[in-house]
Amino acid sequence: MSTSMAAVIAATRFGFAPKPGELAHIGGDPRGWVAAQLDRRSDFASGSLPPSPETVAAMLEARRDKEEKPQLKERLKATYLGEIDARMRTAILGDTPVLERLTQFWSNHFTVSGMRPFVRGVTGAFEREAIRPHVTGRFLDMLMAATQHPTMLLYLDNAQSFGPDSPAGRRQNKGINENLGRELLELHTLGVDGGYTQADVEALARILTGWTVAPLRDPPAGRFRFFPQIHEPGDKRLLGRTYPEGGMEEGVAALRDLAAHPATARHIATQLARHFISDTPPADAVERIARTFRNTGGDLKQVTLAVLREDAVWREPFAKVRTPTELVISAYRAVGTVPEPGLAFMALKKLDQPPFFAPSPAGWPDVASAWVSPESVVRRTEWCQTFAERLADSPDPVEVMANSFGEALPEDVQRAVKRAPDKRAGLALLIASPQFQRR
Amino acid sequence: MTTRRDVLRLLGGGIAACACAATGLPSAAFADIPGSRRLVVVLQRGAMDGLAAVAPLGDPNYAALRGTLALKPPGETDGALALTRDFALHPSLAAIHPYYGKGELLVVHATGNGYQTRSHFDAQDMMESGLSAKHGVTDGWLNRALAPLQQGKERLGLAVGGATPLILRGAVPVASYEPAGFHEAAPGFIEAVAQLYAGDTLLGPALREGLKAQSFSDGVLAADMSGGDAMKGAGGFGPKAFKPLCEAAGKLLAAEGGPRIAAMDMGGWDTHVAQGAESGRLAGNFQGFAEGLDALAQSLGPAWRETVVVSVTEFGRTVRVNGTNGTDHGTASLMLVMGGAVKGGRIAGDWPGLGRLQDDRDLRVATDSRGVMKAILRDHLGLDGQYLASRVFPETAQIKPMDGLLRA
Repeated sequence: MSTSMAAVIAATRFGFAPKPGELAHIGGDPRGWVAAQLDRRSDFASGSLPPSPETVAAMLEARRDKEEKPQLKERLKATYLGEIDARMRTAILGDTPVLERLTQFWSNHFTVSGMRPFVRGVTGAFEREAIRPHVTGRFLDMLMAATQHPTMLLYLDNAQSFGPDSPAGRRQNKGINENLGRELLELHTLGVDGGYTQADVEALARILTGWTVAPLRDPPAGRFRFFPQIHEPGDKRLLGRTYPEGGMEEGVAALRDLAAHPATARHIATQLARHFISDTPPADAVERIARTFRNTGGDLKQVTLAVLREDAVWREPFAKVRTPTELVISAYRAVGTVPEPGLAFMALKKLDQPPFFAPSPAGWPDVASAWVSPESVVRRTEWCQTFAERLADSPDPVEVMANSFGEALPEDVQRAVKRAPDKRAGLALLIASPQFQRR
Repeated sequence: MTTRRDVLRLLGGGIAACACAATGLPSAAFADIPGSRRLVVVLQRGAMDGLAAVAPLGDPNYAALRGTLALKPPGETDGALALTRDFALHPSLAAIHPYYGKGELLVVHATGNGYQTRSHFDAQDMMESGLSAKHGVTDGWLNRALAPLQQGKERLGLAVGGATPLILRGAVPVASYEPAGFHEAAPGFIEAVAQLYAGDTLLGPALREGLKAQSFSDGVLAADMSGGDAMKGAGGFGPKAFKPLCEAAGKLLAAEGGPRIAAMDMGGWDTHVAQGAESGRLAGNFQGFAEGLDALAQSLGPAWRETVVVSVTEFGRTVRVNGTNGTDHGTASLMLVMGGAVKGGRIAGDWPGLGRLQDDRDLRVATDSRGVMKAILRDHLGLDGQYLASRVFPETAQIKPMDGLLRA
């Protein structure tokens, strides 16, 4: 494989699309370019985006005082658009696209979604607070941060889960909500084939009772809080291990054990391989990545480096179809401009992937068959032309082509772009080309 | 969510472009300007075939050189529409033919923009910048022409369609109008994409099926709803998309205190393949173009009397038909000058004839388009000759404004 093709793969598969000049910057050391970013801090800046407790507290206020509702609605909408803008801006213009891709991968792994209206204002904050700090850190730390985050506790109902035999549960006659317990096992750690039973789901839900969000009457409101009054008393048995009554420590210990479970290593490795190699990754590659996960205690920097070591990553160019989010980010990154606020949301909504709005806790699908349907391909094509027509400045598509692919495009695509009737049409064709639709 | 509601965006001025939905024009954005003259520049991107738009039927070499692309004379079925003894309008431009009779349509034939390149990208840049530098140009001649006209913060200039084209970009802030939402892709673009997807086992079949489903539902809609056809074009990129843009532009330009000088685009002119004579791809584009111009005139209302619309393209097309029943990149094309302020009903400029061709393939340039533009800016908008020569078209002092284009 030529050096330039390896550089294209590094930029498109581990980042988004090369921004102008990036292929030259990657040069002959594509692995080094990816690896170096794992030691860097992200370019992301939260700016004036509010921390989640502030927004959660405001939502609780509005529940108490109905008159505050309209203002709150406006505020949440502005926050939501601001989160999209900040995230897009970093992915499009930043120098750490690998960290952005990892952030979006892990954010999707620990999905929280605006499909449940009461978390709409804090989905972006979840990504900033629970995911970003840990993408090259320890899996356990991310698991802990995600599980204790108010957005997750609200999204998967654990904030309202009561131990039936806890003092508050008895008094109010309330019980367990096993939603978080189930998704933790099925999606976040072991995976659906990870060898757990319904009894384990219930046990984990009992262990996690009391993990909730502090109410207004108990400041600081809107933060994670363990309330012993709603924690189910007694020993619990999860995956063959007994967790003696220990209040909040039961959950901490359970998460530690789940993070270290071999099924978790395998589940994470499969997802990473599917994301970075192909929709149907080779089993031996999955096994090697899982081994690194196990041997390093879930050190995500080492795990990412293990993905980087897989030959298959570098062997097949354009093996994955870009999701709409990847397509939109990549198109703007290729020309070096950010969309107007709101425009990215509109585009992604039309392309069926509005940011922070995954259809279920399982997140957005990561295989081509989910994104390539007759209707969606027509819409993607239409978007390519809309994108090119709406750019304030129309760059020379031949230059964008060289910046994005070097010499790696087939002759027919190069010819079509060069022969387009105007610059915008040429750019639209480049973005619509089978190669730009993939990574 | 905004679907196909119109969005008026006001760009520049240090204000972040706002995507505020607006049904009307925020009148505060525009102050009254001296005079009520309107100018619309239509950029025909892709190189329009001037010999098809206004056919030199009387040229002794016409029929032989054009071959299958030659139009039939006036009077025959699908024949061209008579203009002068020697020239006739393409039948699909019928919607603007009456303006010729009323003396409101002038043809300037065999025009060029003063460069020797057959590259769309370079030629369009030069057509819009008014300069011969290929790269690094950031402002357009129409924006430079706005500078002495614009007073205060009002925006006289209006970009109609998507983004502001180079011709209107520059130091003077301009307003812009675009239909919101997603655009239906232009047929030519879809065809080009379909070709790229032909060998793709995943994207190819999906696109094919998707287009089939779409044309099915379009057919149902067209049969179900009268007027549905016109709606369908709104906001798209095909030939039918031009008319709704023209209607909107006319209303905005007619509005009290609104913008006065607009630029708009129409694509689809790059007819390398299956161009067609009286019917076909080019004919469809002509029809959309002519119906758009007619709609522009209608929606301007009484302001039409004080309006000049001028069309320009980056270059013409080969005189002879190519191997795929189309034409390739050529040299001279033509400009249409239309409006109540135009001294029309005639063909202006010299006719270089088809007896001797540029590089033995193209119509030669007889009139430099910048002479036409200078005349319009001077006689219609009152721009000073010195300013025109030094700032708007600084490299072409030797090209004189073409006299007598407009009514006195």
